[in-house]
Amino acid sequence: MSTPDPRPVRWGLRLLTMGYVLLLVAWPTGLVFGRAFEHGVGTFLDSFRDPDIQHALALTLTITVWAVLINLVFGVTISMLLARHHFPGRRLLSVLIDVPLSVSPVVVGLALVLVYSGRDGWFGPTLESVGYQVIFSTPGMVMATVFVALPLVIREVVPVLQEIGDDQEQAARSLGANAVQTFRRITLPGIKWAVVYGVVLAIARSMGEFGAVKIVSGNLVGQSQTATLAVEQTYQNFQQDSSYAIAALLALTAMVCLVVVAVLRPSAAKESS
Amino acid sequence: MAAVLTVPGAAQRGRSRPAGTLGPGSTLALGASVLWFSLLVLIPLAAVVVSATTGGWTGFWDVVSSPQTASALRLTVLQAIGVTALNVVMGTSLAWVLVRDRFPGKGVLDLVIDVPFALPTIVAGLVLLALYGQQSPLGIDVANTRYAVFLALAFVTLPFVVRTVQPVLETLERDVEEAAASLGAGRWTTFRRVILPSLVPAIAAGAALSFARGISEYGSLVLLSGNLPNRTEVASVRVLTYIENGDQASAASVAVILLVVALVVIVLLDVLQRRLSGVHA
Repeated sequence: MSTPDPRPVRWGLRLLTMGYVLLLVAWPTGLVFGRAFEHGVGTFLDSFRDPDIQHALALTLTITVWAVLINLVFGVTISMLLARHHFPGRRLLSVLIDVPLSVSPVVVGLALVLVYSGRDGWFGPTLESVGYQVIFSTPGMVMATVFVALPLVIREVVPVLQEIGDDQEQAARSLGANAVQTFRRITLPGIKWAVVYGVVLAIARSMGEFGAVKIVSGNLVGQSQTATLAVEQTYQNFQQDSSYAIAALLALTAMVCLVVVAVLRPSAAKESS
Repeated sequence: MAAVLTVPGAAQRGRSRPAGTLGPGSTLALGASVLWFSLLVLIPLAAVVVSATTGGWTGFWDVVSSPQTASALRLTVLQAIGVTALNVVMGTSLAWVLVRDRFPGKGVLDLVIDVPFALPTIVAGLVLLALYGQQSPLGIDVANTRYAVFLALAFVTLPFVVRTVQPVLETLERDVEEAAASLGAGRWTTFRRVILPSLVPAIAAGAALSFARGISEYGSLVLLSGNLPNRTEVASVRVLTYIENGDQASAASVAVILLVVALVVIVLLDVLQRRLSGVHA
């Protein structure tokens, strides 16, 4: 801290920014928790007795696990390739990887339907003729979720790989370690925290996906309805207690992810020093 | 994390080292990854473009210029621009407070800023309805109005500018500011002439992200804006309505506009990223 801002400037900025964040984020978020527990914990828990809501939560869990696993394997592989190898089209691939971050979820849903719809998609009818339904079924919902969370692991891991360099990997290899050994004993410990961080972000994103999943799922209650879709449906059906209860559960899980990341980041930085 | 490197130039050495050529295992991994990426992302997005152009230019234009769709696109673009302008001011102020100020509760502020990133979008809409809907404890009810669209976009885009400007502000050299001050520049002049220019690429990157997100937002608007045609209906809702009516070609025509904006932003960010890392190398 060299010279701090003069008092009026400092207080003005504090009030402006804190007021803004309070009115836009903190207060409304707090209110949702308030509404969810308004009629006591019993009412809150009652909402989860509904088998349709239980099914929706279980489906969200299944989709999240699959989507995160796929993005973990794919993300670490692509990160290694981007950071450690030269190949034609590398720069293009690294730019294209970011596309899912800024494409509308609705466009993602439409894109998948156009290719994998069993009725008139590019590949859908063929896949369905061999008994594999993608759209209006869990595989499509997993694909949509993988799509929207795709860059999260890669964006965390690639910078760390570039920063640690490959001196140690080359040393290990020159001492006779094979590729798997080098990866497990040298590379993985170095990128461990970045991977964990990327996975936590991917969990939060996957759990919360709404638009893309809505389009590819068909949104059938008790069948292809996820937790986020259930929030919409129950709210529109005037079951506000249920709606707030699911929303509070989702918000709570998302906040836990946030706090985990906030705690992990400094410890990861400390460990690598 | 760059600060943890004690050997000067270590990072650069690691970065400029000629990377390995592809062995058989890596070639296989690359092939599999590119195949998966194509099946998941590239081919489906190509299908959107193909579907949008099957009716030719006139087919595309008829869809996009139909009153309801044109109105949705206009609303989306205007709201995204407005929210981005607000984020440039508020995001830079927030980054400034987080980096240059010190007060109890700053850690909480830092954490709360990320809440919009973490919350599912449908929950974000519900959250805003709780304070700015019918049952508002403040007596402010903006549900089903254009203010609601602005509010939802401001909520979901809050972190972008903060999170791009903050790290740059942290690494800024203080001696330049002190030099400017010792040469008689006032605080405002120092900010405008010395600090702001080095923040511009980061602000631009945050603004681009915020604009892209604003254009493409869907989930947080579903419950909040009421999706009233010609009033609060945005582009992504329009796409969804076309899909629900079984008109995929029209849906693709609107979607392709959103896709092009997203691609332009990604390329712009790549350019800005290079410039940013150039400044701090």
